[in-house]
Amino acid sequence: MNGALTHFIEVLLGTMLDVLPIAAILFGFQFLVLRRPLKNPREVLIGLLMVLVGLTLFLEGLDLALFPLGELMAAQLTSPELLDIGSESLQAEWHHYFWVYLFAASIGFSTTIAEPSLIAVAIKANQVSGGAITQWGLRIAVAIGVALGIALGSYRIISGTPLHWYIMTGYVVVMLQTLLAPRSIIALAYDSGGVTTSTVTVPLVAALGLGLSSNIPGRNPMLDGFGLIAFASLFPIMSVMAYAQLSEWRSRKRSQ
Amino acid sequence: MRLIKHFAASLFNSLRDLAPIVIVIGFFQLVVLQQPIPNLGGLLIGSLLVVLGLTLFVQGLNLALFPLGEGMAWDFARKGSLPWLLLFAFALGFGTTVAEPALLKIAEEAAVIAANGGMITQSAESQAAYSDGLRYTVAISVGFAIVLGVLRILKGWPVQYLIIGGYLGVVVMTALAPAEIIGIAYDSGGVTTSTITVPLVTALGVGLASSIKGRNPMTDGFGLIAFASLTPMIFVMGYGMLL
Repeated sequence: MNGALTHFIEVLLGTMLDVLPIAAILFGFQFLVLRRPLKNPREVLIGLLMVLVGLTLFLEGLDLALFPLGELMAAQLTSPELLDIGSESLQAEWHHYFWVYLFAASIGFSTTIAEPSLIAVAIKANQVSGGAITQWGLRIAVAIGVALGIALGSYRIISGTPLHWYIMTGYVVVMLQTLLAPRSIIALAYDSGGVTTSTVTVPLVAALGLGLSSNIPGRNPMLDGFGLIAFASLFPIMSVMAYAQLSEWRSRKRSQ
Repeated sequence: MRLIKHFAASLFNSLRDLAPIVIVIGFFQLVVLQQPIPNLGGLLIGSLLVVLGLTLFVQGLNLALFPLGEGMAWDFARKGSLPWLLLFAFALGFGTTVAEPALLKIAEEAAVIAANGGMITQSAESQAAYSDGLRYTVAISVGFAIVLGVLRILKGWPVQYLIIGGYLGVVVMTALAPAEIIGIAYDSGGVTTSTITVPLVTALGVGLASSIKGRNPMTDGFGLIAFASLTPMIFVMGYGMLL
């Protein structure tokens, strides 16, 4: 129990060190440059404290429960025995990797749903759009994008094809969609690419990339292990624009 | 009483947010790998902490981070000083990125790769210098991104032109940069935006767009984070070319 407490304090201090420069910038500009008092100083302080403690508990809980198990599972699912990589055939058939793809997609989806920064953006988007964009609509659209992205990223590592082909193709699709999608969604869609990959998703996805690239013959974990995060930030842009296109199309159909 | 009810409701929401991960991990562990769940007690306590932490975080967002970001945007608009606003934008981007733990990790890994690839010498000093250089490159690029994004909101430039310009930058740099740096560069775009930065920057953008006449918070307010995840890719590939 004592060890758990010291660990908790360590994580709390770590979070505080992360927050300190941000707080210094915010309050420095607020009081020295803007020279305006805060509107609700007590509420803001309580709120900041809640963010600090909340984030600490969140990270601590992930470390305690989900990360060790998730990382272990990523390693087990990509182990040579489970992948059935025989000694004669260096390269396993694609269907041997069925569980890997399913794991990649479902871990991408589920970690995105729990991602705190995506929750924040969804709350704001819901407010700003006057309710036209629902929190769950946006979050599920982003999560589907991450799921597809991670699964395709795993395929890239398994097949050993170059990363930039996929990313460039993705860029072309994003540009085409930008021309067609409703204007109001575009900025939000681009943003959702950046928010998906933080606290929850990155460690588990990194473990998956490392497991795949170190167990598949001919892959170098140093070179091929990277890139999954890039997939996870590109695909939500497409899925969010698709979500907006779909709902626009549906409302147009209804009004006819 | 109302407070308790409110808290219970948001606790329930967090529980729902976490449920998919628990289901996925449970399914793969029990059905696919067919192994018992190790350390069930730790898993339960950990999940409880996650749910509690997420609940507190979302409450704190609405109490502190959103009002702070939006309030400062309005105050800057009222003050009307562009240099101070841009300096603030840069400081926010740079300051929140330079100490980001995920970035520290990726920079260290990148230094090892560079040393193995013969781009720098194997010594610990040159690796530390390389990873520090990479870290500052990313932080400067994020500061630059927020400045550019704020300028865009003020001027009302359409977001897609800048993003497409950025994509072209990535494409050109990919053709020119050494192969070892490309994977790291692409990933560095994703790790820069932390859980505290995102709500602040989003509120700042939406606040600025609502405080300026003729700007729409929906089309103009978002987009800052998109820039912050695009510029590091270009800058990091540039860093790889210089060394």
